[in-house]
Amino acid sequence: MTEKSLMKGNEALAEAAIRAGCKCFFAYPITPQNEIAAYMAKRMPKVGGVFLQAESEIGAINMVYGCAGTGTRCMTSSSSPGMSLKTEGISYIAGADLPCVIVSIQRGGPGLGGIQPAQSDYYQSTKAPGHGDFKMLVFAPDSVQEMADLVAKAFELSDNYRMPALIIADGLLGQMMEPVSFADIKETNATVEKNWKADGHGSKRKKNIINSLYLEAEKLDAKVRERFERYKEIENKHTQVECYETDDAEILLVAYGSTARIAKSAVRRAREQGIKAGILRPITLWPFPKNEICEAAKNAEKVLVVEMSMGQMVDDVKLALNCRIPVEFYGRTGGVVPDPADVLSEIKKIKGV
Amino acid sequence: MTHEILLAGFGGQGVLFAGMLLCNFALTEQKNVSWLPSYGPAMRGGTCNCSVCIDDNPIGSPMVLKPDVLFVMNQPSYDKFISSVKPGGVAFVNSTLVEKSSKCRDDITIHYIEGSKLAAENNLAGMANTIMVGKFLKETNIVNPENSRNAILMSVGEAKTHLIEPNMKAIDIGRNN
Repeated sequence: MTEKSLMKGNEALAEAAIRAGCKCFFAYPITPQNEIAAYMAKRMPKVGGVFLQAESEIGAINMVYGCAGTGTRCMTSSSSPGMSLKTEGISYIAGADLPCVIVSIQRGGPGLGGIQPAQSDYYQSTKAPGHGDFKMLVFAPDSVQEMADLVAKAFELSDNYRMPALIIADGLLGQMMEPVSFADIKETNATVEKNWKADGHGSKRKKNIINSLYLEAEKLDAKVRERFERYKEIENKHTQVECYETDDAEILLVAYGSTARIAKSAVRRAREQGIKAGILRPITLWPFPKNEICEAAKNAEKVLVVEMSMGQMVDDVKLALNCRIPVEFYGRTGGVVPDPADVLSEIKKIKGV
Repeated sequence: MTHEILLAGFGGQGVLFAGMLLCNFALTEQKNVSWLPSYGPAMRGGTCNCSVCIDDNPIGSPMVLKPDVLFVMNQPSYDKFISSVKPGGVAFVNSTLVEKSSKCRDDITIHYIEGSKLAAENNLAGMANTIMVGKFLKETNIVNPENSRNAILMSVGEAKTHLIEPNMKAIDIGRNN
């Protein structure tokens, strides 16, 4: 066997999670993320872990809440309608400063929508994953290898900063197969000791309480402010992007996840036709790569944001650039995946050729 | 060099397996590959297809809309996809289930092979897909046929090694027809 083997994105993510130290997995079925749960059901019992199919998405996220409180690495996964159900639990987890990984394999919405790939949950993931003032780490892979690599990183940063981390992909990345290697994925210990965990100690130490309730306004204010100090550090240290042909780009594309691959194909074709196009791909959606976008757009006349939505990330790109240069948008919804030829037409249109 | 391949047929004809087999040939040669299935209603009783990209460079979009190479295993897939093949491209057609008189194109090369019939005659039920891969190995030089055994092993998995020999036989039938 060669070092790399073919795997679906969903399966690669599940295998990588186990290798990164995930001991418990709780979920409720929904297309197009079912391969994650199917893989966990098969593998977890063999590695001494727990696979549990909950009675609902709400049940699953609250099992994660409880499990994370014991300091155990745990994960849940779902798709768009299921993510909506999990938001209450996610808010409690953030309010209790607990680490965990949540996976969202997006499909078309709103409502039950469809089962084909979409990116219409950007707002939900980055702005409003639940009530209250809080953030989640949000990672957006664009390949099967990154589905594996980023889940390991998500566990590590989630532990270090005591906050939930989200992997946001879509049906295309979940279902496709590509060669993947797990050689670099191993369990990394948290750099900070989990002295907050409630894990049963036989009265040998002072008890720990996991809670998100602060009835004194000043205490809650201080808690929220302390959390935002952590967020500031993350923004400075852990923003991640991929730049392709951006140095001299006159048209800068910004796209994430599977759409970034399609946009990259369009950029290659544009370059073949003598158009100086480039693409910046945010790998972290929160923290959002504001400075990196400004840097990549330094020679750009215009920016084109491509998403499988009616335009959500485009707002953040405009804010990052402070409306210094025009930001155009191209998107498809409902599970329609854009064709590189359509993106190329958009590039030509805004370039005026 | 970029190769965009589309494989299509009924659910159960092994279209997804044939696509995976092609990927494993290319993976053995350290090439970049992607495999993207149709999922959802299409695979629950209707036609089924998958996109395969083989490339020396990293693969951008994994969706194949205008294939260089088309595999069609049944009539509905032929009717749906034959017009999408790039001019100068190649099509492999399971002529047991596709009428040769179907609307034809003179700007592409069409290879007809009696995949389903040859499979039945050789006691290889369900392996018309691999026979067609054999034909592909004979008529193109996109991947190296010498890697057949390894590519089949990677595709069937360690738990189903009893399927290696029948698939090897199916490859040979395809290469000799």
